[in-house]
Amino acid sequence: MPSISLTVNKQKHTVDVDPDMPLLWMLRDVLGLTGTKYGCGIAQCGSCTVHLDGETVRSCITPIALCEGKSVTTIEGLSVNRSHPLQRAWMAEDVPQCGYCQSGQIMSAAALLQEKPRPSDKDIDDWMSGHICRCGTYNRIRRAIHIAAGNAKPMDKAGSNGKGGE
Amino acid sequence: MNATLTRRDFIKVATAGGTGLVLSFYLPGREAGAADIASFAPNAFLRIDPDGTVTITVHKSEMGQGVLTALPMIVAEELDADWAKVKFVQADAHPTKYGSQGTGGSASVRTSWMNLRTVGATARDMLLTAAAQVWNVNKSTCRTEKSTVVHSSGKKLSYGELASAASKLAVPSDVKLKDPKDFKLLGKRTLRIDTPQKVDGSAKFGLDVRVPGMLFATIARSPVFGGKVKSFDATKAKAVAGVKDVVQVENGVAVVATNTWAAIRGREALSVSWDEGQWKNQSSASIKQLFIETAKSPGTVEDYDGNVESALASAALKLEATYEIPFAAHATMEPMNCTAWVKDGTCEIWAPTQTPQRAHDEAARILGLPLDKVTVHVTLLGGGFGRRLQADYVADAVRVSKAVKAPVQVVWTREDDMRNDFYRPATYNVLVGGLDSNGWPIAWFHRIVGASSRGLVVGGSTPPYAIPNMAVESHIKETGVPIGAWRAVGHSQNAFVVESFIDELAHAAKRDPFEFRRQLLRKSPRMKRVLELAAEKSGWGKPSPNGVGRGIAVVEAFGSYTAQVAEVAVDKNGSLKIRRIVCAVDCGPVVNPDTIEAQIEGAVAYGLSAAVKDEITIDKGGVVQGNFDTYQMPRIDEMPKVEVHIAQSNESIGGIGEPGLPPVAPAVANAIFAATGKRLRRLPIRPEDLKA
Repeated sequence: MPSISLTVNKQKHTVDVDPDMPLLWMLRDVLGLTGTKYGCGIAQCGSCTVHLDGETVRSCITPIALCEGKSVTTIEGLSVNRSHPLQRAWMAEDVPQCGYCQSGQIMSAAALLQEKPRPSDKDIDDWMSGHICRCGTYNRIRRAIHIAAGNAKPMDKAGSNGKGGE
Repeated sequence: MNATLTRRDFIKVATAGGTGLVLSFYLPGREAGAADIASFAPNAFLRIDPDGTVTITVHKSEMGQGVLTALPMIVAEELDADWAKVKFVQADAHPTKYGSQGTGGSASVRTSWMNLRTVGATARDMLLTAAAQVWNVNKSTCRTEKSTVVHSSGKKLSYGELASAASKLAVPSDVKLKDPKDFKLLGKRTLRIDTPQKVDGSAKFGLDVRVPGMLFATIARSPVFGGKVKSFDATKAKAVAGVKDVVQVENGVAVVATNTWAAIRGREALSVSWDEGQWKNQSSASIKQLFIETAKSPGTVEDYDGNVESALASAALKLEATYEIPFAAHATMEPMNCTAWVKDGTCEIWAPTQTPQRAHDEAARILGLPLDKVTVHVTLLGGGFGRRLQADYVADAVRVSKAVKAPVQVVWTREDDMRNDFYRPATYNVLVGGLDSNGWPIAWFHRIVGASSRGLVVGGSTPPYAIPNMAVESHIKETGVPIGAWRAVGHSQNAFVVESFIDELAHAAKRDPFEFRRQLLRKSPRMKRVLELAAEKSGWGKPSPNGVGRGIAVVEAFGSYTAQVAEVAVDKNGSLKIRRIVCAVDCGPVVNPDTIEAQIEGAVAYGLSAAVKDEITIDKGGVVQGNFDTYQMPRIDEMPKVEVHIAQSNESIGGIGEPGLPPVAPAVANAIFAATGKRLRRLPIRPEDLKA
């Protein structure tokens, strides 16, 4: 198999895989970057959204062959220590429920803010409607994007301890 | 025996390496029976380490409902722990240690509430005693705050400093719980413990399990329910790069590969011939025909009061209607999957499961191993909604790992997940109501014909209203379609039927639907209260813009009371816009109001999906829909504004994961009637139903 070279989260990789293999499975099964999720495999749900040379793509339908020489950013590489304004807003609003779709939601929202730093409700709805959240966190997603954009302030809540599980 | 368990019996003290305080406690679950008690071995624990870290083992599964935060909050409140120092550990499956680990029925908080409070209060009492002994003062001169014991003189000792001394004390048998008015953490908006890991990709769901040397598998399953493998040809599948093996298992043929993509490609290249069995001609049309025919004869009486027949005969006005509910899939965002490693007479499993103990039992049964040779780790669940109460996907992984003698993750594609679900049952409903000459209901008759499972079909069908003559009958018919619990279970479809038909009766009586219900709920104070609260907050009775209608519904489910007002707009082309859902809920004492709001928002989205989008149809004995292109659900641009109003309540504690769902569909349908005069009696509501 031909080898393919690409950069993922600022690290260079050369992988020997089926050139038709979607970027999603290369990230998850070859590099072990499991933050990018499989939801549908047909670009309907947005769970697999990553940035390819700064643009959002659905990694579930992006063959790895198209990534030669390109730079991929996944949720793991979005920021150091969850410092991206969207990640902070997501935590302040407690957006996730099950959390499975949220990597993709955040990656899309990050691209939206690049394009439109102060999006309106309609901008958000138009941009984010390619995603499905079965837990129904949509209204919080919209609020969190406004907070990250500086359009709104978070609600006051008792502090998270951020410790998570062992 | 369960009832005579004393606190001393269920709380034991142990030391953590001689330096920390560990309180082990037994959590009698709903299903804990005599067998559980006999093998009593307490091991769920609250642990306080010398550095002050408080760790709480959570025995329920996190599927988005917030249990990893809610259960520790309950302990932390009574313990007066510094919330910033509280951590959780997810419990592995165990047959007895924790009582029931089953996570469903909106039951986690309400079944753990008193026990977890007692555990926290007991530990706090022991820490107070330890501090009093260290200082040689009367315990009554000490108090606790933020993981610290404070003496009236002002001197302080942290829980970490006291943990070792406290661990040497006997467990007090009678500790006092806080008066709820003194709660500091419970009832406050509290950020979830598990959010940080869900914003940076580090959260581990079932599909994220990685074991050294693991393989990935897909399974070719019968396109017809109940079909079996007749024969298969694996030649082409084995030629796909990365495919390691092709093996027949109980319910299909597994393609095992070094990565998920190869397992998917290998399955595409596989050729399987199926023995399709008895359901190969089943279709939605044939099921509907069966239901309609069946509905013509009397069914099993499920509930009754008075004499419906004579009341209907004497009614001034009689109303008849039929209601139809389709099958619905769960469609969790994380498709079914499980990782298993069968080796050397043991089995280790990583499962996103709502029933760790069922997974444990199932694996042990398949392998013929004792339970203590099987370990089930519970991962985060990418949605549950009742689908993950099943253990079919766990059995898959166990069988494939056993066959190929390697750790294997069985991955279900979205199509596998959609077509091999345990669906919400389809039902056909005949309703007859009778009003007296004053326009009050004197008779209610409901005959339900539903697929496969009585409990899932009839749950929540008894109307909550004071109607003197009432009867509910059922017919349960086997259709070949697998049936399972779907968020809110029977309530999800029966609330649509009951709350729509009571609305029909209200309009037939020319009464306001809110006032009509209110009168009929005069003996149900909690329902009446949420009904009034939702009406008040929604501006019920005030004029609404042209083309906008309001509809109301109220439901008691899972120990909680929920009323909703939907505000919808319908234009001439039949385009439906659900503008706003106002929800009032009484779930008794509040743990985390932010989670209650989130669960209501989520239940509204899930309920809307069933109200206006979801329908599983059957053709040639299998499911037609396969992915999100054909099984659609609301997206951000279709999500209404959701306003949640929590009724202050000191009544018994109720559940919150499901109660927000049942009122959605009827409130929307009733609002559509208010806006358009069209009464919609079939779910999902389709655009063509709404065209002028």
